[in-house]
Amino acid sequence: MNHRHILTVYLKELKDSLRDRRTLLSMIIIPTLVMPGLMFGVGKIATTVFSKARQEVPRVMVLGGDDSPGVVTQLKASKKLNVVASVPDWREQISEKKVRGVVQLPDGFEAGLRAGKAEAVTIYNYEGELKSGFATSELEKFFRDLRDRAVADHLAAKSLPATLVKPFDINRQNVAPPEKVGGNLFGGIVPYIIVILCFTGAMYPAMDLTAGEKERGTMETLLCSPVARVDLVLGKFLMVLTGSLGAMIMSLGSLTITAALSGMIMTAGNSSGAMAKGATSFMPMIDPAGILGVIAMVFPVAVLFSAVIFTVALFAKSFKEAQSYVGPMMIAVIMPAVVGMLPGIELNARLALVPILNLSLVCKEMLSGVWHWNYIALIFGSSWVYAAVALFLAVRMFNREDVIFRS
Amino acid sequence: MIEALALTKRFRDKKRGEIRAAEAITFRAEPGQIYGLLGANGAGKTTTLRMLATLLKPTSGTATVAGFDVTRDPAKVRAHVGFLAASTALYGRLTAREMIAYFGQLNGLSAADLRARIKRLADDLDMHEFLDRRCEKFSTGMKQKTSIARTLVHDPAVMIFDEPTLGLDVMTSRAIVKFVRECRDRGKTVIYSTHIMSEVEKLCDTVGIIHDGRLLEEGTVAGLRAKHAENDLEEIFVKVVSSVPSSPPVLQP
Repeated sequence: MNHRHILTVYLKELKDSLRDRRTLLSMIIIPTLVMPGLMFGVGKIATTVFSKARQEVPRVMVLGGDDSPGVVTQLKASKKLNVVASVPDWREQISEKKVRGVVQLPDGFEAGLRAGKAEAVTIYNYEGELKSGFATSELEKFFRDLRDRAVADHLAAKSLPATLVKPFDINRQNVAPPEKVGGNLFGGIVPYIIVILCFTGAMYPAMDLTAGEKERGTMETLLCSPVARVDLVLGKFLMVLTGSLGAMIMSLGSLTITAALSGMIMTAGNSSGAMAKGATSFMPMIDPAGILGVIAMVFPVAVLFSAVIFTVALFAKSFKEAQSYVGPMMIAVIMPAVVGMLPGIELNARLALVPILNLSLVCKEMLSGVWHWNYIALIFGSSWVYAAVALFLAVRMFNREDVIFRS
Repeated sequence: MIEALALTKRFRDKKRGEIRAAEAITFRAEPGQIYGLLGANGAGKTTTLRMLATLLKPTSGTATVAGFDVTRDPAKVRAHVGFLAASTALYGRLTAREMIAYFGQLNGLSAADLRARIKRLADDLDMHEFLDRRCEKFSTGMKQKTSIARTLVHDPAVMIFDEPTLGLDVMTSRAIVKFVRECRDRGKTVIYSTHIMSEVEKLCDTVGIIHDGRLLEEGTVAGLRAKHAENDLEEIFVKVVSSVPSSPPVLQP
């Protein structure tokens, strides 16, 4: 192994790749834009849709209630509900989203309320539909308030204190620091995105430097040089690894900047109000130690990805053929990453040996401030073993004449 | 000097079984001479030359190139060989200067030597005008000049040309032929494979006729003409390859 040769090959490949728009796209541009895109773009869209739905006064119907005119009048007077005339096909109206909820008042509801013997009110909704959910919440709130007022009236009539039915309040107070909150919020999605970006970052350079070179005829030119093949493999492999790690570093850097920027925006947005201080203190953040931990854990996995894609792409005769081999591998990468995102899947010794899934799980824990050092050591060690085996296979593949001169 | 001794290469093919691409090829090429390998497509020329350039390992037999054994010292062989083929392309996103410099660095040239060498090659090949432009924008002629400069950057003692004029226009082909002659005149050992008879007549001091992976006959152009009492080299070639029973290139798997 000649370090100078490896460096020469690597620097040439780096220069060559940085002049290629497709590599720049997969290594720098997409990883840099994906995090802000998710946080600002998708987040903004979700917020807008949500707040728009929230602002809309839901159309509701009241079934029955002919003998409860007071309640119906109060419902119609509510500014948060738009009571429309009831129709026989009210179920279809809910399904077609023409009305968001229907409330059924039992016979003699108002009289029962006064006597303290009212029967149950039934609310019909469209489960899982956002606006129907809001309508249901408003209806529930209306009837909860009505019930509380009825209770209060009954207690007052019997000269009993209101605290009789509500002897104490329940308060909830968050003690988790903002970075832990952020870790729990982003812990699932961040490793998933990083795993995918690491893979896609390695994909293009790996295919270009192997099958692409074979197709263009530059591989044979390179093999004419006196450099040992192992040096050529390692020089090229380092470039593929740069693509993979570059994508990861760009995405993590962009995530950090995006989180900081969103914090500034939130702070600025709340600066005039009394809530400013409170909002800032509860703003989710990413723990820097967690980020460093993720980088350390992703490194051997990036080596594994780079070596595996390099080996597979090397076998292909052309760039197109390499794409058809490497593309489906994405599914094998996404599956364990998705499983790692699922709530309830927890790290154990067996899962710590499953590539990608182990990374996904351990990153989720590290970002939320949990450091299982035994598992971290096991995952780090096993990832390096997998990576070393993959790299060994890449070198062997490069030494096979039937692969290099496959046509 | 190049000395091939029973150089043999067999490939295993899933469908066709074992293929004899080159079978006991033995010949000798001297410095200051051009040895021509004449054969049809698929005759075994490229396989033989790739073994000499150590891109392929012989199944059996060996060869000495510039004093180094192709099986024992492949890196040293490559350090003394310039290999130019129709299939050896350029890196499109590098400039001609970067391309030449890259191969100079891989051949261990120092920065100072490299600068001097690139200037010399650019002077000799009239490359200054496009030296700092990217290869992807080059005309065929510019590409060939850059490829030639790439093969010569480490001043190899042996030059191997594998059908270098394949697909080139007349003017570019002439430039290549001129360059091959210059290599011979500088005392380099040159081996030149082709299936174009006129190139053999113009260039080669010795010709080896290769067919079905076997070297069937060898001699000077004049010697072959005298032996076969025939002036037309194409006729001689056809006569030679037809005179031996065509051995099946495929063995039983």
